[in-house]
Amino acid sequence: MVGIVSFGAYVPRLRLQRAAVVQAHQWFAPGLKAHGKGERAMANWDEDAITMGVEAGRDAMPAEERRHLATLVLASTSAPFSDRQNAGVIKEALNLRDDVLTLDVAGSQKAGTGALLLALQAAADATGSTLCIASERPRARPGSEAELVNGDAAAALLLGKDPIARFVGSHSVSIDFVDHFRGHDAEFDYAWEARWTRDEGYIGIAGQAVRDTLAKLGLQGEDIAHLIVAIPASGVGEAIAKTAKIPLAALMPSLGPVLGHAGCAQPLVMLAKTLATAKPGDRILVLGFGQGCDALVFEATDRIAHHRPRRGADGWLARRKPETNYMKFLAFSGLLELERGMRAEFDQKQPLTALFRNRKTVLGLVGARDPVSGEVQFPPTSIRVGAETAAVTPREEYPLADRPARVLTYTADNLTYTPDPPSCYGMIEFEGGGRMLAEFTDVDPTAVEVGLSMRMSFRIKAIDERRAFTKYFWKAAPSEEQSS
Amino acid sequence: MSKGIKDKVAILGMGCAKFGERWEDDAEDLMVEAYTEALADAGIETSQIDAAWLSVGFDAMNIGPSGIPLAMALRLHNVPVTKVENYCASGTEALRGAAYAVASGAADIALALGVEKLKDTGYGGLPVRTRGTMYDMIGVVGSAPGNFAQLAGAYRAKHGIAKDDLKRAMAHVSVKSHANGAKNPKAHLRKPVDMETVLKAPIIAEPLGLYDCCGVSDGAACAIVTTPEIARSLGKGADLVTIKSLQLAVSNGWELQGSGWDGSYLHTTRIAARRAYEEAGVTKPREQISLLEVHDCFSITELVTMEDLHISEPGQGWRDVLDGAFDADGKIPCQIDGGLKCFGHPIGASGLRMIYENYLQLLGRAGERQRKSPPVLGLSHNLGGMPNQNVSAVAIVGLQGA
Repeated sequence: MVGIVSFGAYVPRLRLQRAAVVQAHQWFAPGLKAHGKGERAMANWDEDAITMGVEAGRDAMPAEERRHLATLVLASTSAPFSDRQNAGVIKEALNLRDDVLTLDVAGSQKAGTGALLLALQAAADATGSTLCIASERPRARPGSEAELVNGDAAAALLLGKDPIARFVGSHSVSIDFVDHFRGHDAEFDYAWEARWTRDEGYIGIAGQAVRDTLAKLGLQGEDIAHLIVAIPASGVGEAIAKTAKIPLAALMPSLGPVLGHAGCAQPLVMLAKTLATAKPGDRILVLGFGQGCDALVFEATDRIAHHRPRRGADGWLARRKPETNYMKFLAFSGLLELERGMRAEFDQKQPLTALFRNRKTVLGLVGARDPVSGEVQFPPTSIRVGAETAAVTPREEYPLADRPARVLTYTADNLTYTPDPPSCYGMIEFEGGGRMLAEFTDVDPTAVEVGLSMRMSFRIKAIDERRAFTKYFWKAAPSEEQSS
Repeated sequence: MSKGIKDKVAILGMGCAKFGERWEDDAEDLMVEAYTEALADAGIETSQIDAAWLSVGFDAMNIGPSGIPLAMALRLHNVPVTKVENYCASGTEALRGAAYAVASGAADIALALGVEKLKDTGYGGLPVRTRGTMYDMIGVVGSAPGNFAQLAGAYRAKHGIAKDDLKRAMAHVSVKSHANGAKNPKAHLRKPVDMETVLKAPIIAEPLGLYDCCGVSDGAACAIVTTPEIARSLGKGADLVTIKSLQLAVSNGWELQGSGWDGSYLHTTRIAARRAYEEAGVTKPREQISLLEVHDCFSITELVTMEDLHISEPGQGWRDVLDGAFDADGKIPCQIDGGLKCFGHPIGASGLRMIYENYLQLLGRAGERQRKSPPVLGLSHNLGGMPNQNVSAVAIVGLQGA
């Protein structure tokens, strides 16, 4: 029996207040007011589909279980690389074995559910488990509806045997219904009339797919305890539920008001959220829409009662900092060219040979541990620190990414260039040993003190804009949300 | 420990260019300015120099590689020239090369010259540069103030000092140095500042404000060294300044990769200071050292250095500062010339500039800022890198026989 073994999610800390966006566009696009309620998740400058995917993956499975992973699939329509496998970067950050299958799935808003279906098949075939991550940081033109409707988030589902939610079955249709598109090299989507998309696409195609799914699986509408319609249009979920005779109470509330719509990741984010409260026997129907439709049905097993989510969608949603500065959102999205000063001219060219040699250190945050003394060191070196002789002693790999740390020294630096001044950094020490000088992220500069407990997070270190290469490394973030 | 070089090397002459924003001058002009003064002071000709060491910190927009720029600027007689770079401690490193050449007998007369042309970068502060392939992948590209600012929080946490108390002590460091620098014609900044101005200045890197940071400037300084015997044969009189000790301690990664360092002090400075005192035969530094020129790149650096040099008791440096112990008329003046605070910090030159002041003070040639009670031993501390990974140099000079 294959299904969902574990689940996780990630929502960035910043929540852009839609009212602030609407206010800024008032003079030009007063009609946006209709979308001015609530807040949307907003990635920090150092987050993208890869880094958020890493967080969701970590949320879904503890480090010690990752060795059994056989397949990693990433679904995203906003991943940073067109040719360098994005899932492969996540694989290094999660410190997975090299003998895993990694795959990027993209090209449609239903890439998330499609990836989930592929991952379920892989889990049924493979000897190890499969991790399916969906992650989006969508871009939208300033002043567009999408700018307000979108949200940045990721989800991860671990698939394998002995599930907490059994995979019951699915139904997919592929129809080249072009409600929007984004051509190669185009920066933004081009969208057709919303009323047509709603009537013909969402209610028409998706509604039919839901009814066909139930019929195919021999289910009645009332058999569905949770209906996940990850479609960013009001009333659509209700309309689909009605035609499929699924009780309205089963319809999962939209995450629009608190998160926004995270593209192809949205169905998986909502699924992860639903699983956190599902009871044994609950059937969940999750729908992914985009040039057709995927509908998947899961049934929670007895195991779900004992499954404790780590942080989960709700946990990450609860860690929030409201952001009212629309200019900051534009700058973080690369839509506003600010004067950065000469310090920003530093050439970020990455020697790829060195990155390959040191990939475990850089992308995996793997240190070294002396098996005799237990001393932990980062980064690993041939001769260990504190050695009395020049002997090169064997040491074991010692991953640090999932170990809590605390601040030993810190500053908030106004001189160093950073997209989000001041640049906060300092020395941290890991529980159990090992220390490093680390950049701090998701931090309130005035709330750092010696002793503050920190959690490592995989982030963008710098972007080489001349060569369009993103450099990643680990940063430290306060392990608990600061009071704001 | 080795026997050391105490009194084996004498300073024959020294020179120091005017530090500042030398918009009209190239590095070459600065080198010539410092060298001309030193040569006249030494009373020798270029032909008598056997070997030279050149210290420069930054390659970017400066003199370029090798020792050739020094040989060309001064038209040295095809003698060996070695270019040295050891972060901000490069100046003392150049002197170490020259002094060791003399002490070993390999050279009779050697030159150490440090220069830096920083005001061609287009902005204030030090140029942003690579710190090596590995560091660029896993390190933090912080500014110098950001790196040193971290001393403050760690020092406060360790000794339980209130934020305002430390901020005031740091401000006192800067107010004192500005008062001293105002009297020095070669200093870049010659304006006294008051506590209020320092305390209210904009924050550069928490908790360091503008006046907690030294400036950036162009400058050059140099020393010509020889043996005491040759110095006498060249007509140097009764007052001969000799090198008592020259020590360098370089981080091996323990601070950041080992365990035990709390970030509140400079591990290397403590080691370099102990070695320097031993080499110079100093047993009670607080009693025996007459003058301090320390690496006050930031006020907090100077403050913790008072403890690292074993002058102040651990955790008491901030009190000594506030008590005026290091003021020009205090027990042991620190930065009587104005320090990096007022000279600015042309990397390659700073270490030699500090020794230049100690040299002048020992010979009673410091003019308006001359210490009244005749100094016997002058210590200079020249620090490169950042607290968690650095090069710390301590040099003690004094009158021969002291």
